[in-house]
Parts: sequence; structure tokens; C-alpha cells
Amino acid sequence: MTGKMAIVGNGDSIMVFKAAGVATFPASDEKKAREILRKIASDYKIIFLTEELARPLQDFLKRFDEEPYPIVLPIPASKDGGSYGEELLRNAMERALGVDILSK
Amino acid sequence: MARLNVNPTRMELKKLKTRLATAVRGHKLLKDKSDEMIRRFTVILREDANLRKEVEKELAETLTQFSVARSVTPAYSAETAFAMPSVAVSAECATQSIMGVDVPKIELKEEKRSDSLPYSFSEITSEADYSVGRISALLPRLVKLAETEKAVRLLADEIERNKRRVNALEYIMIPQLEETIKYIRNKLDENERAAIVRLMKVKNRA
Repeated sequence: MTGKMAIVGNGDSIMVFKAAGVATFPASDEKKAREILRKIASDYKIIFLTEELARPLQDFLKRFDEEPYPIVLPIPASKDGGSYGEELLRNAMERALGVDILSK
Repeated sequence: MARLNVNPTRMELKKLKTRLATAVRGHKLLKDKSDEMIRRFTVILREDANLRKEVEKELAETLTQFSVARSVTPAYSAETAFAMPSVAVSAECATQSIMGVDVPKIELKEEKRSDSLPYSFSEITSEADYSVGRISALLPRLVKLAETEKAVRLLADEIERNKRRVNALEYIMIPQLEETIKYIRNKLDENERAAIVRLMKVKNRA
């Protein structure tokens, strides 16, 4: 099974992914992003989503957690972002283990 | 602890005893499964956390670099420069099973069509070349990150569900069954004693 990759994000920074062969879908705000995600979720296997859009869509993104595909991966798109992915990780860890094993 | 609403008969006692045996066995199995899942989970989690840190750092640097490149080129020409990608990446998506949980397994396939840059050198500054190259180099790791992160999330869900099952068996199901069995046993013993006393009384009268 071959899958395609896509990136949904705001700003110009996602354009560089296009040169690397990833389909790009610009979305200015979370509402737009939600629409796009709904449309492309069945076509693309891996979808990168910038953090600024992933954070408000948290509840919407939960529906992708049940199945192996598609994978929606929040990535930091600006240099000052970058804690949301870790936050999600910590969340999963806390739910599964009940303790924090990463912070040392 | 509440006991089950059953008739105190020998039949019920026998039935409940089998149920208790099954419950105890199931509990042990689920607990073992839970332990092993947590062990695997911690391994994957550590891997994922390291990978994420690495990728995020690299990505932030690349994107900053790219935004510099963007800012020195007019928006329109930048747009046209990136409009046609020269490489096509596709991912071979399969699933593998970790303790009965289906997690994604991805292999990246890159098909180079022509030169690795989608534009001519005169169109855009050299910073863009670097950032495109770095993103392409980063892509396999990004995909790996997507794979492990999904595995972490799926496993976390499954562990949580499994924990619930173990707890339900340990703290509700098994005590309930034990309590009911004890109750039926008491009741049957009581009946037996009553029968003996009755017989003795009848015998004395005769």
C-alpha cells in the first residue's frame, strides 16, 4: 500500500516541503485546516500539520488516534514554537504509565 | 462488596466456580500483557522523544533559513519557483503488530526525476537551495517520527484500556464472585444443618 504525504500549514514556510515532494495545503486558520483535513484524510497517509493549527484542533484530531492511518503529526513551523508535540507525548505517557519517565 | 443476585443452589455454585476460575486466569493473562506492553511502550517512548527533539531542532533551523530566502525574493517568483516539485516521494505504508496493536510501519521511497532542485539558480537565492536540501534530508526522519509517534499514541490507548480491564477483573468481578460463592456455600451448609436437626427431632418424637 503506497501512501502520499501532505502538509497543512499556515504561512509560507510550508512551501519548502513542496520542493521536497510533499503536497502542500495552505490553511490560514483552524477552520480552513479542519476542512482541508476532512477532505484529504482518506487520500493521504501521512499529514504534517503545523502546531499553531494543531493546538486548536486537538479534539478534532483525536479521531485519527484510533486507526494506524492516516498519521497526523504536529510539527513546529516557526522557531519559537515547538512544545506542543512534546505536550502530546507527555499526555500519552501519563495516561499509559501514570508517571513521568522522560524528565530527568 | 455486592454479591450477585442468584439462587443459592448447587448448580449455581458450580457455575460460579468455573466463572471464577476463568476470571482469575484472564486476570493473570491480561496483567502479563499489560506489563509487556508497558515495557515496549517505554522503549518506543524514549526513542520517540529523542527523535522529536532532534527533528524539531533541525526543522526550526531549516525553516528560519528558508524564511530568509523567501524574504529576499519577491513573493510571486518564489511561488513559481516552487510550483513544480522535481522529486516525488511516496511512502510504503504497512502495519505491524505490537502486542496485538496495529501500528504503522512506513518505508520511504524517493523517485528523483531530474535535478534535485525544482527551479533554476537565477530564480531564487542560494539559501533556498540549502533549505530544500535539508528538508529532503530531514524527510526520512520526519516520517520515522510520524511512525513512532503514532505507535506511542496507539499503544497508550491500548494500555489504558487494558488497565481498565485488569482493574475491573481484580476489584469488581473477582471479589463479587468470591463473595457470592461464599454466600451460597453458607446457605447450603445452613440448609444441611437444618435438615439434620429436623431429622433428629422427627426421630426423637417417634
